[in-house]
Amino acid sequence: MFIRNIATYAVLGSLIAFGSAQAHEFKLGEIEIGHPYSRAMLPMAKVGGGYFKITNNGPADRLVRITSDRAGSVELHEMKMNGAVMQMRELEAGIAIPANTTVELKPGGYHLMFMDVPQPFKEGEMIKATLVFEKAGSVDVEFAVGPVAADKSKDAHAEHGK
Amino acid sequence: MTMKNPFMLIATAISAAFFCVLVGILFFTFKDEPRNSRFSTDFTLVNDKGEPVDQSIFKGNPSLVYFGYTHCPEVCPTTLFEVAGYLNQLGEEGAPIKSYLFTVDPERDTPEIMKGYVTAFSDRITGVTGTPEEMKRVIAGWRAFAEKVPNKSGGYSMSHTMDLFLIGADGRLKGLIPYGADQDDAIEKIRSRLL
Repeated sequence: MFIRNIATYAVLGSLIAFGSAQAHEFKLGEIEIGHPYSRAMLPMAKVGGGYFKITNNGPADRLVRITSDRAGSVELHEMKMNGAVMQMRELEAGIAIPANTTVELKPGGYHLMFMDVPQPFKEGEMIKATLVFEKAGSVDVEFAVGPVAADKSKDAHAEHGK
Repeated sequence: MTMKNPFMLIATAISAAFFCVLVGILFFTFKDEPRNSRFSTDFTLVNDKGEPVDQSIFKGNPSLVYFGYTHCPEVCPTTLFEVAGYLNQLGEEGAPIKSYLFTVDPERDTPEIMKGYVTAFSDRITGVTGTPEEMKRVIAGWRAFAEKVPNKSGGYSMSHTMDLFLIGADGRLKGLIPYGADQDDAIEKIRSRLL
């Protein structure tokens, strides 16, 4: 049931995403960062997720660090569903990006966590951040802030083409 | 036992089969999901206005109870939005239902933070926090799960149960709505179990 819902939202989301042509991307040598996005945060919320697609057309690399002026720190996390329990863990060694593959950071899997955010992200904002790769170096990107997490009706980001 | 009468053998076989089916049905009915389990833990916590609450919160009216926290970017907001959606859709019919967010992270989630957070979803959701020790009693009392996962930076995340608990006016667990449940299925379950 969960999978079916996700699939539905993914299809709907991609339709809307293509329709409004909101997808944007950044390049660093052989690495492409496809459509970084986040979500509007709730009042009193201190953390926000960050998602994007990494397409690596070159040799193996590793996403090791992210910084942003809008957050006290940015962490790389992995979320897993273990039965009815949601498990979070920090990826201390970063995220491996094997040669010639695409790695996606998305809800329910690998994602960024903007921690200690003093000013909650608002829908429509662009959040500047810097991604640091072990070999390729660093690249400045902007996260497009979409609607709050649960507002799937107008979620343009469930799935996005590059 | 010798079976002189062939009918006796058949009758025994039939009743044995019947008995097995019956036990099977009973087993599946009760194993399906935790139902009617009783909450028998005393606790003292505070709601999002800072007022004390105890175990009597689960009695007298049906309730939707979620164990989450405000430092949760995805699962908790989604579930709370869905709860707000259920309450909207049920309208008058759902008027007796109360809904609560019990924080699994009481150290960071003060009553003020809880108030601001839950109100963003619905004025019908009440936040509950307090001391970690008392909160553990509630979590264990409903056989939910929550665990702190430390980060290298000194911070932490929480692993926690994602199910929404349906608790009857008698203070017993009537069912669970899993994360990502279909809205119509969820509403039907709330109707049949709580109203």
